[in-house]
Amino acid sequence: MERHIDAPVVPEKVKDLKAGDYVYITGTIYTARDAAHKRMQEALDRGEELPFHVKENVIYYMGPSPAREGRPIGSAGPTTASRMDKYTPALLDLGLGAMIGKGKRSQAVTEAIIRNGSVYFAAVGGAGAILSKCILSSEVIAYEDLGTEAIRRLEVKNLPVVVVIDSNGNNLYETAVLEYCKKEADRQ
Amino acid sequence: MRVITAKEITQNIKQMCIEANHVLSSDMKDVFEAAVKEEASPLGKKILNQLEENLKIAKEDMIPICQDTGMAVIFVKIGQEVYIEGGSLTDAINQGVREGYGEGYLRKSVVSDPIERINTKDNTPAVIHYEIIQGDQMEITVAPKGFGSENMSRVFMLKPADGIEGVKEAILTAVKDAGPNACPPMVVGVGIGGTFEKCALMAKHALIRNLKEVSPIPYVRELEKEMLKKINGLGIGPGGLGGTITALAVNIETYPTHIAGLPVAVNICCHVNRHVHRVI
Repeated sequence: MERHIDAPVVPEKVKDLKAGDYVYITGTIYTARDAAHKRMQEALDRGEELPFHVKENVIYYMGPSPAREGRPIGSAGPTTASRMDKYTPALLDLGLGAMIGKGKRSQAVTEAIIRNGSVYFAAVGGAGAILSKCILSSEVIAYEDLGTEAIRRLEVKNLPVVVVIDSNGNNLYETAVLEYCKKEADRQ
Repeated sequence: MRVITAKEITQNIKQMCIEANHVLSSDMKDVFEAAVKEEASPLGKKILNQLEENLKIAKEDMIPICQDTGMAVIFVKIGQEVYIEGGSLTDAINQGVREGYGEGYLRKSVVSDPIERINTKDNTPAVIHYEIIQGDQMEITVAPKGFGSENMSRVFMLKPADGIEGVKEAILTAVKDAGPNACPPMVVGVGIGGTFEKCALMAKHALIRNLKEVSPIPYVRELEKEMLKKINGLGIGPGGLGGTITALAVNIETYPTHIAGLPVAVNICCHVNRHVHRVI
């Protein structure tokens, strides 16, 4: 079903989301991808504060192309989430509200999603131009030297995503594929 | 002998980098349209529609189709009667990439070293494949390659006894493992034969073939058709969210190989299969 949610998220509303729901996100979210996750983990290891409070916030795995003059951002679609799997359970245990990316997650991430009542959304990979239209503003808030991999605070309006892993661990990638998978005999 | 200046090459490469990242070739667009009609899943159809709209916005508003504007892979066929004046050919190509990625507002995604990982900030160096041909012209193809799908590509060193069934299994394994990570619907490039590196290069080269063309070799043509059907039977679908369109095309190249081997490479490309071709 179609739903609208605000970011930062309200934990009770996240728990209502079911794998397969088509969701429009409006509010403030943060970008972080490979290099930013590595730095955040190093900060945690040293006992330092993270550049933003992850609790109830949403991380979008995304590194944009440069903005043209007068525009908030360039192309802005999701990157492959599994590269962040190594760092994700620690962030979920700190209360990370939701993640937006594309592609499969590890078992450890799924378990941390269930444990913390979080959710993993997929945005459409390779649709960076259309997704950029949902981003109203963008500001680098940390790790500026990382260029496209810096942490950005985004204001988004009706960013379209699909629930892939819900807070009960249901996984749309696994169930939807079975629905359309033809039996071996049919494929000959 | 014909003189081509380094400057002319730089200028062409620059324009081609920008064009490739904003406009897909017409064969890709036609295949897309057919896919939207054919897709059985309502969510799959919705995603394909979004991708079509994305292509329209990219072209009209000059926003890159995908934020991963790739590592610049460049195929250069140089006529043996061409003389390059005004500097090194490789430098001229890299300068074109530098200018294209800078002036075109394209993302700089290249790091100078695989372990130290410092961004070069201009998307250079490109990965360049040279080939010497007859004549006095240069054929250049610029194919920026995103890494969501590149990361899901594979090389299989099969045994001759594995035969064509082994090849089919290898292709299906690579596509199944790639699943949603490679931004389906994909274009699947396959190289069969040669050596370890030759089959990988053929798989990459297969991706730039016009999707309306088929292999000139009858059994390869059949294999391309059969594998497309099998891949679309996997159920992965657009975005990996289930459906009947997982791949838009399977392009296969072959080459003679050794009596002891059957190398197979599968280079997966997302639906943003970018390539611009020019002859100068």
